[in-house]
Amino acid sequence: MFDIERWQEIFETLRKNKLRTFLTGLSVFIGIFILVMLLGFSTGISNGVRSQFEQDATNRISVWTGVTTKGYKGLNPGRYVQLKNSSFEAVQNKYDDLLEYRTKDYMIWGGTVTYKNETGNFRIRGTLPDNQFIENADIGSGRFVSQSDLQNNKKVAVIGNKMKKDLFKDEDPIDKNIQIFGMNFKVIGVFYDPGGDREESQVYIPVTTAQQVFNAGDNIRNMAFTVKMANNFDQAVAQSTAIAEGIEAQIKEIHTVAPDDQSAVRVNNTLEEAKKIYSLIATIQAVFWFVGIGTIIAGIVGVGNIMLIVVKERTKEIGIRKALGALPMSIVGMILQEAVFVTMFAGLFGLIFGLGLLELVGPQIESDFIKYPQVNFNIALTTVFLLVIAGALAGFIPAYRAAKIKPIVALRDE
Amino acid sequence: MGSNSLHVLKGINFDVKAGELVSIMGSSGSGKSTLLNILGMLDEADKGEYILDNVPIKNLNEKIAAKYRNEFLGFIFQSFNLINYKSALDNVSMPLYYKGVKRKERTDRAMHYLEKVGLAEWSHHLPSELSGGQKQRVAIARALASDPKVLLADEPTGALDTKTSYEVMELIQGINDEGKTILVVTHEHDIAQMTKRIVNLKDGVIIDDSKVEQVRASQHV
Repeated sequence: MFDIERWQEIFETLRKNKLRTFLTGLSVFIGIFILVMLLGFSTGISNGVRSQFEQDATNRISVWTGVTTKGYKGLNPGRYVQLKNSSFEAVQNKYDDLLEYRTKDYMIWGGTVTYKNETGNFRIRGTLPDNQFIENADIGSGRFVSQSDLQNNKKVAVIGNKMKKDLFKDEDPIDKNIQIFGMNFKVIGVFYDPGGDREESQVYIPVTTAQQVFNAGDNIRNMAFTVKMANNFDQAVAQSTAIAEGIEAQIKEIHTVAPDDQSAVRVNNTLEEAKKIYSLIATIQAVFWFVGIGTIIAGIVGVGNIMLIVVKERTKEIGIRKALGALPMSIVGMILQEAVFVTMFAGLFGLIFGLGLLELVGPQIESDFIKYPQVNFNIALTTVFLLVIAGALAGFIPAYRAAKIKPIVALRDE
Repeated sequence: MGSNSLHVLKGINFDVKAGELVSIMGSSGSGKSTLLNILGMLDEADKGEYILDNVPIKNLNEKIAAKYRNEFLGFIFQSFNLINYKSALDNVSMPLYYKGVKRKERTDRAMHYLEKVGLAEWSHHLPSELSGGQKQRVAIARALASDPKVLLADEPTGALDTKTSYEVMELIQGINDEGKTILVVTHEHDIAQMTKRIVNLKDGVIIDDSKVEQVRASQHV
C-alpha cells in the first residue's frame, strides 16, 4: 500500500486513462455531492421549522374561553365563560410545583396609542412578569413589567420593536410618555419577539393596571403556563398533556361547563404540537436519508459497473503483466488501489464541494422554512468511506477473477 | 477448458542446450503453440517432465510461476502484446518493475535494450505511433530486459511483411550470437531456415528434429 513504485505505476495508469478516471470519479463525486446537499437541506428545513415554532416557549399551555355550546346543570348554551383572577389562582395553587412560568392576561385586541403626533392601532395586553419568558420576548432596552409595577398598578408600558419604529422612529422611547386611549403610560422597555412584526405590534402593561383602567374588575382574558421540563422528551410530553387535561377539567368545573364542550374552554398544549412537529421533522429527515442512501447505492453500483468494464477492458493487459511476471495479488492490488484512490479522491472532493456550497449559499437563503443548512461532517465523511469500501468490494470480485485467468487465455487473440 | 479434453501433445521428448536457436515447425493444430506455452509456463502439461536450467518445473502455484516467468523467460508474441497506453520505454521496463528493480535503474536498463534494438529515439512513443516491425523490436527489448535464460517467440514474424520479418530475424540471430537460448515457433520455412535447428511437429509428435545450416538474415535485408 505504501510502496512508492506501486503508486507511481498507478498515477501513470490514471493519467494515461483520463476519461476512465474522470467517469469513475464523476459518479462518486455526484453521489456524495447530492447526499451532502440532501442532508444539508434536511437540516435546514428542521432548523427552519424549529425556529418558526420557537416564537413561543415550546412547553407552553394556554387557556382560552369562548361560548358554551351545550347546556349543563341547568345552564343554557350560548353563555360566555368569563375567566377570573380566581380561576387563575385556583389553577396556580393546584399545579404550583409543576409550573415554571405563569401569566394571566387582560387584553384589548386593538387600541389607539399615540406619541406626540404619531398614532397607531396596537394590541394592548395586561400581563404578569413571567409572560416575557412564555412569549420568548427579548428585551432590547429598558425592562419588562415587574412585580412592583403590579402591586402599585403603575401606568408603565413595554412596547414592541415594530411599535417603537412606528411611533418613535429613531427617538429613544424609554421614559417617554405614550397615550393609550388618552391615558398616559410611561415606556419602560422595548422588546423583540421571534414571532416578528405581528408579535412586536403590541404593548405590555401590568395586568392589574389593565383591569383597573379598562374597568375589567377581576376579569381576565386568558392564562398561560409553562411546564417544568422533564429530562426525557416523551415524559415531558406525557406530563404536560396530563397537566393540560387537568387544567381543562378544573376550569370547566369552576365555570360549570359540560366536560365534553369543545368550544367553551380551550386548552392549547404546545408541547404536544411540538411533538407532532418533531415527528414531522424526523419523517422529513428519514425521507432525505432514504433518498441519500439510494443515491449512494446508485453510486456504488456505478463504481462497481465501471470496475467491471475496466477489468474486462484490461484483461489482455493483465495477461501481459502476468506473462512478464506479475503476481495475481499484485494485479488485484493494482486495480483495487486504483479504484480506492479514485473513489476516495472524488468522494472527498464531492464532500468538500458540497460543504463549501452549503456554507456559501446557506446564509443567502431567505426562506422562513429553510435556515442554516448544514451537514454533520462526521456523517458525511463516514459515507465517503462507506462508498470507497463498497466500491472496492464491488471491484474486488471482477479483479480477482481477472487475476485468476491463465495468461494464455487472456492473451488469446480475439 | 470445457469437458471435452483433447490430447494435443502425445509424447514429445527433446532437449535444448544453452545457446541454441531452435525453430518449432508444423501445420496449424500440430501442437507447436501448446508446446511453447508449456515451455513458457503459461500452460501446464498433464503428464511428463519439464526441466529448465536443472530446475524441475512442476506443480506450479501462481506465485512461483510468476517468479519463474519473470526470471527465466522472455516472451515475444505474434501480436506484440505491448501495453498500448505505455511508452516504448515503459513497456520495456515492465518486467523489471515486477522484478523489483528501482525506477532509475529500470529506466537505464530499459533504455539500454531499446538502444540494442535500435529504437532509442522512439523511447517515448506509444505503441500506436510505431510500425509493426518497431513494435516487435520493442517487444524483443522487453523480452530481453529481465535478462532471461530463454526467449520464447510465438510466430514473431507472423504479422509482419517479408522485409520486416527478416529485420526482426536478424535481430533475433544477433541476440542468439551473444549466447541467449531462443525458441521460435513458426510455420514459414524461410524463417525456420534462419535458425540452427528445426523441430518438426505433426499431430502432437516430433516427426523430424535436425540441425540446419543457418541462413543469415542479413543477406536478405
